[in-house]
Amino acid sequence: MRVTQGTFSFLPDLTDEQIRAQIEYALGKGWALGIEFTDDPHPRNTYWEMWGQPMFDLRDAAGVMAELRACREATAEQYIRINAFDATRGFETVRLSFMVQRPATESGFRLQREESAGRVVRYTLQRR
Amino acid sequence: MNATPNNIPKPTSVDLRALYAETNIGSLLTELDKDLVGLSPVKRRIREIASFLLVARARERLGFSSAPPTLHMAFTGNPGTGKTTVALRMAGILHRLGYSRKGHLVSVTRDDLVGQYIGHTAPKTREILKRAMGGVLFIDEAYYLYRPENEKDYGQEAIEILLQVMENQREDLTVILAGYTDRMNTFFQSNPGFRSRIAHHIDFPDYNNDELLQIAEKLAEEAEYRLSEGARKALGEYITLRRQQPNFANARSLRNAFDRARLRQAERLFQREGAISASELVTLEASDILASRVFKMDK
Repeated sequence: MRVTQGTFSFLPDLTDEQIRAQIEYALGKGWALGIEFTDDPHPRNTYWEMWGQPMFDLRDAAGVMAELRACREATAEQYIRINAFDATRGFETVRLSFMVQRPATESGFRLQREESAGRVVRYTLQRR
Repeated sequence: MNATPNNIPKPTSVDLRALYAETNIGSLLTELDKDLVGLSPVKRRIREIASFLLVARARERLGFSSAPPTLHMAFTGNPGTGKTTVALRMAGILHRLGYSRKGHLVSVTRDDLVGQYIGHTAPKTREILKRAMGGVLFIDEAYYLYRPENEKDYGQEAIEILLQVMENQREDLTVILAGYTDRMNTFFQSNPGFRSRIAHHIDFPDYNNDELLQIAEKLAEEAEYRLSEGARKALGEYITLRRQQPNFANARSLRNAFDRARLRQAERLFQREGAISASELVTLEASDILASRVFKMDK
């Protein structure tokens, strides 16, 4: 099952050229870029592992692409996403976040039901 | 890169003049000629490099081999001979010719590249390199990177990373090393990897007295000051005397002298009673320059 989270996740995977163009766009807006990876793409897992530190003051996408290459080499069968952080007052948040790598086979999730007090049923998603 | 589809015949000739006009490089070179006094060997080399890159562009259009040329440079020369200024211009030239995507200059020294602890250097150097990508990395006083007297020095680590990027990501980044001639020579001798990866070694000559006087006039003009006839003569003498003293730094010494003369002029005007005319406000007199330490040491 294909994990869909972040921008563009319902589109086919971005090519490197498209990723580069997105990074250029973010840099043009003055956003800081960070690379993160994880083996646990659960929607509730907000905190992915950081690949190095976020990159501030870049002018060109080449630096991010080089880091992405290094990250891909190190984490072949994991999820990688790129975050673009806007430090402008009032935003101070991630403005763009998109996945740039996913494992060849994605296990997906299963709906877990739990009987609770009375006839209440609690639901949760569990990794298959 | 060469996305010429097969059904369109390749052009068989290319107009260098048109390409020259199209890149708008001419205005940049004329500006360089006009703004920088002297430095004729440097200007000649820059022209050579610019025409070489233009020809490389033309070759690429006609479908000849177009491996990105090595553009890394070394600027050597005495203090105050304009190395940083020219590096800034170089970034602009490379940008116009399409050999630098963004055309910005990141100016660093040893402290920005080399860390203080084990494992601190590599991330620091990489971060600077990432920031310089798409533009020009200018390493001032590059010989400090290598400290032969301390074999545990982390500078070596920075050098290795630099060399690797200079080789593998030539189209992303141009590196310009700058430093004083003799120390750069020792630096290159102990790091042959650098010498071979740098295509253009440019030596900056010292300015002669006339050129220094011209520079001083230019400085005054830019700051909207005027040198009186006497002040000009005094400045001529100042240059001759200053050159014989230690720590003479060409244009930089002159800029400092100019700044101090402005201070003295302000003081002189302040001491005087009554209204001050506009021409007095902008004029530096001989006395402002003759009060310098340089003249006193002589006597």
